[in-house]
Amino acid sequence: MESILTVKDLAISFNTYAGEVKAIRGVNFELYKGETLAIVGESGSGKSVTTKSIMRLLPKSNSEMKPESQILFDGKDLTKQTDKQMEKIRGKDISMIFQDPMTSLNPTMKIGKQIAEPLLKHQNLSKAQAKARALELLKLVGIPNPEVRINQYPHQFSGGQRQRIVIAVALACNPKVLIADEPTTALDVTIQAQILDLMKDLQKKIDTSIIFITHDLGVVASVADRVAVMYGGRIVEVGTVDEIFYNPKHPYTWGLISSMPSLETDVDELFVIPGSPPDLLNPPKGDAFAARNRFAMAIDFEEEPPMFKVSETHYAATWLLHPDAPYVEPPEAVKKNQEKFNNAQSKGGVY
Amino acid sequence: MVGYLLKRIGLMLLTLFIVISLTFFLMKLIPGSPFSAAAKLNETQRAIMAAKYGLDQPVPVQYLKYMTNVLQGDLGVSFQFSNTPVTELIAKRIGPSATLGLQAMIFGTIFGIILGVIAALRQNTWMDYGSTLVAVLGKSIPSFVFAAMLQYFIAVRLGWFPVAFWRGYEYSILPTIALAIFPISIAARFMRTEMIEVLSSDYIVLARAKGASSFEVAFKHALRNALIPVVTVLGPLAVSLITGSLVVERVFAIPGLGEQFVTSINVLDYPVIMGTTILFAALFIFVVLIVDILYSIIDPRIRLSGGEN
Repeated sequence: MESILTVKDLAISFNTYAGEVKAIRGVNFELYKGETLAIVGESGSGKSVTTKSIMRLLPKSNSEMKPESQILFDGKDLTKQTDKQMEKIRGKDISMIFQDPMTSLNPTMKIGKQIAEPLLKHQNLSKAQAKARALELLKLVGIPNPEVRINQYPHQFSGGQRQRIVIAVALACNPKVLIADEPTTALDVTIQAQILDLMKDLQKKIDTSIIFITHDLGVVASVADRVAVMYGGRIVEVGTVDEIFYNPKHPYTWGLISSMPSLETDVDELFVIPGSPPDLLNPPKGDAFAARNRFAMAIDFEEEPPMFKVSETHYAATWLLHPDAPYVEPPEAVKKNQEKFNNAQSKGGVY
Repeated sequence: MVGYLLKRIGLMLLTLFIVISLTFFLMKLIPGSPFSAAAKLNETQRAIMAAKYGLDQPVPVQYLKYMTNVLQGDLGVSFQFSNTPVTELIAKRIGPSATLGLQAMIFGTIFGIILGVIAALRQNTWMDYGSTLVAVLGKSIPSFVFAAMLQYFIAVRLGWFPVAFWRGYEYSILPTIALAIFPISIAARFMRTEMIEVLSSDYIVLARAKGASSFEVAFKHALRNALIPVVTVLGPLAVSLITGSLVVERVFAIPGLGEQFVTSINVLDYPVIMGTTILFAALFIFVVLIVDILYSIIDPRIRLSGGEN
């Protein structure tokens, strides 16, 4: 598969009064052409920081990208581009959708103008051409009556419609990479489903690759081709959707899967991962998850685990995969998932 | 919009009526009479004077008479300047005050907004600190000190502008600067705070994600949103500038309204006090209306029809 974006050894720190917060501590991943890569993890695991750093949108005043970081896109290292060069890439080759549609549109600017802005900026269109294209985009994202709506302001639209408009802005220049930072978190479930369908549909139409950040595993299952699980500023497991859901290897992924309520579960209490996220001001010495991991071994507190290969597409950073490690049974919920998957496989067809 | 304006004008007249009534009765509570300062007059002469101006009648009667006159556009005659009509006095005095006030307002807000925007865009650099210093000095140095410094350094030492008096346009420059320092500091501080807040909002990040340059982000996206709260502060400030600053007018020996207002209170020149109050109140109410209309122009979320949408 052809890779369109490669992130290598990404490390980012924030300088705060309390000291240096090591938010991203060596992230590596690739984004393949035409795929949707979901990045999942709890709040503070570094999902948003990773993607904002790809766009170079982090505030310069207090964030610092370590010199070994590389973000390769289109033969260029984005970490080495000047601000002017980045302006030409943002919105044209890589664009972004944000979490809260209620605040991500400029309240004092007509939406037509907001959609036309990247077109005028990157595609040398005349004002009339840009307006025509904005109308087309509004139709594409399913805003009814676009001729009237184009001259309205954001407050005249509902949350779901606003997110459609944000998607129209992001897709205006047919970007090669679309970064969606929790695009459905602020929406209710029915609107959420509509927006996800719209994104899947548009992805096929304009042939773009999507990085989809979320902490909702249900959303992951419905949109992603591959999944990267982040914890404590690192990617701890990466694999195809099937591999992550039905054959997870990292104890943190086990925890995530176990915490997912399903229609069949009939329990009084939902599973939670005990403890709280690591303090990235003083990151733990070994595996960042060790303190919350009931399968942790002595080495987990001493040394950070490398990425162990599970299959060509599946890697996980846990000492449990070391040949010398004892065998541990994954939790009930994970095993149930595996069985369901195996049964379905043997019957031919996943679902 | 028309209905809204009519409703607003009705409310403005009501407000004005209340202000006039309150001022009238409060003014009557000040002890003494306009003629008590003139020691040369004896009791009989004072009584004759009081009768001449209708001051011997009960206060409610005086009030009714005054209101009837005001409704006919008659603000009465001054006591201190031998029977000059108040309207004429104000008309003569408002020119210099309004010129200075308008100039100070325009120069002050534009310069202050620019300072604030620069401070916000270059946060925590020497430019930010410089702009903060100007704003803090502008707010904390009393205007008479600042006016005297301008007179000494720019007029006396450098000789660029005349020291005082009101004999031509060049005479307005130094008092304008002295008056403008306050709106500059207010506008700069507010603008910086608002701009920093707006610049960290989601739609600014989205604008940057579209590839907008920092210039476009600041002036196409952020400025208009940051201006909304600033307009509120600047409206009332504009009135106080236009109606004249007593101190600056005194220091530069300018025959303006502010100076006249204070003198008229000291000598209890009732008609002038009332006339000036009515003018100030009317201007204030008018500016508040202008600010509200400006709001709806800057911020599309505000509709003047009042929720009919």
